[in-house]
Amino acid sequence: MIANAFSLALQAIRRNALRSFLTVLGIVIGVSAVIIMVTIGKGTTAKVTADIAALGSNMLIVHPGQSRHGGRSAEAKPLEVADVEAIAREVPHLAAVAPVAMKSSPIVFGNDNYNTQAAGVDNDYFKARNWDMALGRTFLPSELRAGTAVCILGNTVVNELFGGMNPLGQRVRLGEISFEVVGTLVAKGQSGMGSDQDDVALVPLRTMQRRIIGNTDIPLVFVSVSDGYSTEDSVAEIEELLRQRRRITGNKEDDFSVMDMKEITETLTGTTKVLTGLLGAVAAVSLLVGGIGIMNIMLVSVTERTREIGTRLAIGAMERDVLTQFLVEAVVLSSLGGVIGIVLAVVTSAWLAGLFKIPLVLDPGIVALAFLFSAAVGVVFGFFPARRAARMDPVEALRRE
Amino acid sequence: MNQDGTRGGPVIRLEGVGRQYGKGQAAVHALRGVDLAIREGEFVAVMGPSGSGKSTCMNILGCLDTATQGTYWFSGVDVGSLTRNQRALLRRHYLGFVFQGFNLLNRTSALENVELPLIYRGDRRGERRKRAREALAAVGLSGWERHSPGELSGGQQQRVAIARAMVTEPSVLFADEPTGNLDTGRSIEIMELLVDYNRSRGITIVMVTHEREMAAFASRIVSFRDGSVVPAGPEGEVS
Repeated sequence: MIANAFSLALQAIRRNALRSFLTVLGIVIGVSAVIIMVTIGKGTTAKVTADIAALGSNMLIVHPGQSRHGGRSAEAKPLEVADVEAIAREVPHLAAVAPVAMKSSPIVFGNDNYNTQAAGVDNDYFKARNWDMALGRTFLPSELRAGTAVCILGNTVVNELFGGMNPLGQRVRLGEISFEVVGTLVAKGQSGMGSDQDDVALVPLRTMQRRIIGNTDIPLVFVSVSDGYSTEDSVAEIEELLRQRRRITGNKEDDFSVMDMKEITETLTGTTKVLTGLLGAVAAVSLLVGGIGIMNIMLVSVTERTREIGTRLAIGAMERDVLTQFLVEAVVLSSLGGVIGIVLAVVTSAWLAGLFKIPLVLDPGIVALAFLFSAAVGVVFGFFPARRAARMDPVEALRRE
Repeated sequence: MNQDGTRGGPVIRLEGVGRQYGKGQAAVHALRGVDLAIREGEFVAVMGPSGSGKSTCMNILGCLDTATQGTYWFSGVDVGSLTRNQRALLRRHYLGFVFQGFNLLNRTSALENVELPLIYRGDRRGERRKRAREALAAVGLSGWERHSPGELSGGQQQRVAIARAMVTEPSVLFADEPTGNLDTGRSIEIMELLVDYNRSRGITIVMVTHEREMAAFASRIVSFRDGSVVPAGPEGEVS
């Protein structure tokens, strides 16, 4: 009976191919929108997570102020070099403690001018971020001590300013000061937030503080925990140390934060999740609209086929049989829309993933859910027209032309 | 066999059957006080002008409609006491229908059209195919199984409809103006087919028609006027 209803349904759908297609368009768009949103959202999350994981799972980030809900309290006291030295000295099992001070700054070579991110660092930075040199060398201890005007350029800056030329030994101008290029970094690509990590010019921290920024604040410290040691312990120890140094006692809240990988990931992916949820909700509304479209066309179909229904009732169809027939038709119609939507979503997601350079993370769960939902739309919105068909008076139905 | 060529007792018995539409002042009596008995194996033609109640009576006999007064006994069962679904089952197993407009499913092959009642009866596919082929062969349409109604002439379509009605081997066949859409030649062929089913298989046939030539094929004529049966002469002919 069901198998037969199924083939009858396909027949009815084929009979009105164009109308059927227009009917399921709502479902197609709804299903594909849901899947695309979720897939792109998950892809972005996966990309962010992978990028952060590439930093090393033993990475901690220390900065002043609380970064809950993404905002930072402005009044928090900045970190200082002394704090960084204390962490390095007193907290055990740390592989690297890398303070960073950044400022966006134009960089000039000859007539070429380019806006980049200048970052003051020491040699622990390369270790903490697991970043290798492409050409040249890291900073000399003397350069770090004296705040010499030397720099190491990221791959993007090299390409922008030098093209194919060897930048080693060349002089570039950052702000007002002329720097000698002593090294270049290997390319790292985009970060989890979509910014270009290679768009950077590294200079000794002291040079940065004295000659570009003009203060001794440390806005950010990368800490790398030695392999085999717990990041949680290190987080706790650094927090304890900083509370002492910043004289935070009793129940007073920290005015700094020490985040490990998990927290960093959550912070970065939180926004993506909210956005994915919102867009998914919008897509779900279009599924509802699609369902109403199905109901509309099923009602038309029932009216058009009144005589057929009368004939079926006369030759022995029970209410249940007619109900099943039209319900199956609605479900087949909406499921067909679901399948088309899934195919469309996969193709579009693959294209978008390529465009945004994020991995294609097709969640079979969400695909199955979207399909089941489209079928459920058929059941819900097909029921009323099907019941109307099933409850027809055979005499009336047969009389209709 | 009885003298008039029928066997057994009445398969259909109406006792004081009435059908009323609406209530009170606005009530319309389509049928009033109809007594009628049709014995197994009879071929009855129901005649009468439009509005005489013959179609209403036919719908009640075919268990498509129910009487508002009186009792309808089908093979000893009080049809009025059955539910809608029970009446559907009764139609499924014991009744066959042929309509003036053929009422075949469009864009569906002759074979599939004939299979339809067997599907509702729950027969298996192989069995269905076999029976449907036999039924089509019986109406002279072997080789036309794959054709859809649009590819068949009116006479052929009505034959498919008859095959569909007969494939379940019903005890009563109801034919509502079966020749109304056909020319005289085709009409006579259809009538001969019905007579053959009636004679060779002993199927009881109740046929509504307004054509005297077609009614002449029946073994008895029942005439309606103003919702009642007109008393018949000794040979079953109306003067």
